[in-house]
Amino acid sequence: MPILQPLGRTFLLFLQATGRIVLFTSTSVSHCVRPPIYPRLIGRQMIEIGYYSLPVVGLTAIFTGMVLALQSYTGFARFSAESAIPNVVVVSITRELGPVLAGLMVAGRVGAAMAAEIGTMRVTEQIDALDTLATNPFKYLVAPRLIAGLTMLPILVLIADIIGVFGGYVVSSYKLGFNPATYLKNTMDFVEPQDVISGLVKAGVFGFLVTLMGCYHGYNSRGGAQGVGAATTNAVVSASILILCFNYFITELFFAR
Amino acid sequence: MTPKIRIRGLHKSFGDNVVLDELDLDIEAGQSVVVIGGSGSGKSVLLKCILGLLTPEAGSIQVDGEEVVRMNARDLERVRRKFGMLFQNSALFDSLPVWENVAFGLIQGERMERAAAKKIAIEKLAAVGLKPEVGELSPAELSGGMRKRVGLARAIATAPEIIFFDEPTTGLDPIMGDVINDLIVKCVRQLGATALSITHDMASARKIADRMAMLYQGKIIWQGPVAEIDSSGNAHVDQFIHGRAEGPIEMQVRAI
Repeated sequence: MPILQPLGRTFLLFLQATGRIVLFTSTSVSHCVRPPIYPRLIGRQMIEIGYYSLPVVGLTAIFTGMVLALQSYTGFARFSAESAIPNVVVVSITRELGPVLAGLMVAGRVGAAMAAEIGTMRVTEQIDALDTLATNPFKYLVAPRLIAGLTMLPILVLIADIIGVFGGYVVSSYKLGFNPATYLKNTMDFVEPQDVISGLVKAGVFGFLVTLMGCYHGYNSRGGAQGVGAATTNAVVSASILILCFNYFITELFFAR
Repeated sequence: MTPKIRIRGLHKSFGDNVVLDELDLDIEAGQSVVVIGGSGSGKSVLLKCILGLLTPEAGSIQVDGEEVVRMNARDLERVRRKFGMLFQNSALFDSLPVWENVAFGLIQGERMERAAAKKIAIEKLAAVGLKPEVGELSPAELSGGMRKRVGLARAIATAPEIIFFDEPTTGLDPIMGDVINDLIVKCVRQLGATALSITHDMASARKIADRMAMLYQGKIIWQGPVAEIDSSGNAHVDQFIHGRAEGPIEMQVRAI
């Protein structure tokens, strides 16, 4: 059956790619927990991922919070439920929008940069040079990035949560006529630790996925500038898709009854 | 006496393209061997197989009598400490200053204090004719010749027993090429190291080699002392060393 042949080939290629990613992940994780650890490199990556992503994540969060308050108001006013706006804003930001949007922004900024940097190192033989200098590239290049992604994204998301809620507060208080004190009280009364914790768990997973995809595609890039370009695109696309998929499964894990 | 590097029956292919085909080669301790051959003849693949960067399908590679093909990662890392390598395009780490590139093997591989490693790096830079100020520059600020010198300084920084040179003079003008050749000879002699170089630059090969071997169609078709290369009696070698278009080595070109 000629129609089944390409389908089967695609499926086999998918399995092959999945196997490669699983092997890459297990090797990377094993190097994260075995000495030697490189604190200087981990610190550098933490600054790169956490500190330098702060402006873009902060801007995304504040405008998301503002739009959320505005949209909720226009929708909820139809059935006189405007008072629920603080609750909607805080739950949406902490559970979903904070981690997902921060993850996607970091995928675009950090994942792409990692794939480009490691990909360039691959095609210019710098990774081979690491090997010949008796330095394991997984330990030196991949592990510090994974550790930094895993630890810094939850911190970024925590800050994004606060900024996002602040955005909703500003619009609600100064444009929609809410009492600022009541808005804040409603927000604090309604939000539960599980809302924030689920968002932080998601952030940790997304940070791991973004850095993993950046490293994987960069490490396996081939063929000069074109290969590095393809690696960068693949890193962002695959990280974004994985973020959306894992977002569902983690939500299911935390909130499905 | 056991050769420093002993290669037997080495076979490596990429898909249908057989690059190394039952290749045999011995490199004695303290010797400088140059493997010559055309572009794409598998010279770089040979180096990468010895370093364990590529895994051959068949054959044996022994370093100091120790089999390195399919060796586990930890042992391979230990064996790699015996090697230094000058890459074709130097492969300097863009994110590190020059001195840290040179000291990389000392800091990461031998866990030396950064201050002590920097001191040695500056000495090695001086040994290849570069001033201490160069150590603070980024690799992007260096010319091609300076990059090669830094690459050479990095290759010798850990005083390795074996040094590989991958096309050491490619992309350099003839004078700078000769400067690099002189530095290679000086460094290898000072360290008493075993050297394996690959090149298609015959002037370079004649200068740095004790012995030469020619790689053609995946096999070593001739090897011997450098003085005998002009009287090898091998038509392939003759054509190659004189750079003639006519001869048994045919280039795959089509008429326009």
